[in-house]
Amino acid sequence: MPDNNLYYVLFHTIHDVLRVEKILKEHGLGHELVPVPRNLSSDCGICVKLHSEIELLRPLLSDIEVAKCVLFDGKEYTSVQLP
Amino acid sequence: MIYLDNAATSFPKPKETIEQLTRFVTTVGGNPGRSGHKLSVEAARIIFEARDKLVEFIHGKKSERVIFTANGTESLNFAILGLLDENDHVITTSLEHNSVMRPLMHLKQRRAVEHTVMQCGPDGRLDMEALARAMRKNTKAVIINHGSNVIGTTQPLGEIKQVIGNTILIADACQTIGSLPIDVDRDNIDVLCFSCHKSLFAVQGLGALYIKEGIDPRPLKFGGTGSKSESSEHPDFLPDRYECGTPNTPGIASLLGGLTFIEKEGLGRIAARKRALREKLLQGLSGIEHATVYGSNANNANVPVISFNLKNKLPSEVGYELNQREIYVRVGLTCAPMAHKTIGTFPTGTVRVSPGYFTTDEEIDRFLEALQHIAGQ
Ligand SMILES: Cc1ncc(COP(=O)(O)O)c(C=O)c1O
Repeated sequence: MPDNNLYYVLFHTIHDVLRVEKILKEHGLGHELVPVPRNLSSDCGICVKLHSEIELLRPLLSDIEVAKCVLFDGKEYTSVQLP
Repeated sequence: MIYLDNAATSFPKPKETIEQLTRFVTTVGGNPGRSGHKLSVEAARIIFEARDKLVEFIHGKKSERVIFTANGTESLNFAILGLLDENDHVITTSLEHNSVMRPLMHLKQRRAVEHTVMQCGPDGRLDMEALARAMRKNTKAVIINHGSNVIGTTQPLGEIKQVIGNTILIADACQTIGSLPIDVDRDNIDVLCFSCHKSLFAVQGLGALYIKEGIDPRPLKFGGTGSKSESSEHPDFLPDRYECGTPNTPGIASLLGGLTFIEKEGLGRIAARKRALREKLLQGLSGIEHATVYGSNANNANVPVISFNLKNKLPSEVGYELNQREIYVRVGLTCAPMAHKTIGTFPTGTVRVSPGYFTTDEEIDRFLEALQHIAGQ
């Protein structure tokens, strides 16, 4: 995945972020927990930066609600629907 | 020194508890979920893991439905004050701890919540037919002491849930969790309240409750959660809905250690050891001519909490004598005056002896010897 096309996925609570981390680890999908990038949320929390195919995420989430999904193209952050 | 007051809090703690506690306070230390830095995330991860282990331990479904509190008392207050409304009716038993009785008294005075107390037998038995008869149209909840902190008798939660049907079952598992297997799913327990500093081996200052899906108590506290900070309204998603402010992360880390220890030992082995300790104590006490033991040993699921008195001696005198010999027990009403009325020991109470998983046979022998001596004085 080229570094100029990255997805950041935000969740409502750190509990959900850690649930997702556990699932991603179990499925061996590359990811990183990073501080939420500026301007995306007033929360000083963390989110998931995905280093794998974004399409693989949704089927794994079951009842975990996504608060926001953001695409970073190297310059700008754009809110998108989770594909 | 012989510590026989594990029903109040367990001591000593396993090395896993101390390791996790030390690790947290020396190398992690961050405020969980408040900041994006590594130490904050690591603190949140400890809480996440503890919650995960705990929900698995009680056979619950979703870890976010495990809510951490300060102790068993706060868990019970949360369930009781959060679920009962004006003019509701609630049923409980005569074996309850003050952490059930006092919130109920408060609700009776402030919210006109009526309660019925089911009189248990002196052997701790709850009459299921009487329970069925006590149910009313407006009975919102039934609160049951799962294991008595006075006589160690246990109640069949699954059977009780069958009797009360859709009415909410709130179980006080302070004395049973970590001593007996608990299965909230199989027994259909709606709200399970417990301390984490007793047989789960966390340090003091930690409790929790499990709230089954579909049960939605009012939150009792509002404030910072590290989530949804832009909003002035408290979030409605779990666990943040019910947890706010900086949690007892060192305590939760110690719980992770305690649960790891239980996992390694095996709950079956722990339960068997505790049963053996109870048997040994009961057997020994039966050999002391002037000792009266309360409760019953009919149900082998009982926990190792035993109340007794010595003829012609006040419990406080026996406690004093034991203390002089560096044997530590509890005496008096043990926060459950109604339970003492039930067994006929109100208002002086009893001597309560509660061994723990680390109590040795030799310690029990020395305790019995000391008691024999005190009884003969
Ligand atoms: C049956 C029972 N309920 C409630 C409690 C209260 O628990 P805590 O001391 O953790 O508040 C205790 C313990 O003291 C207990 O034994």
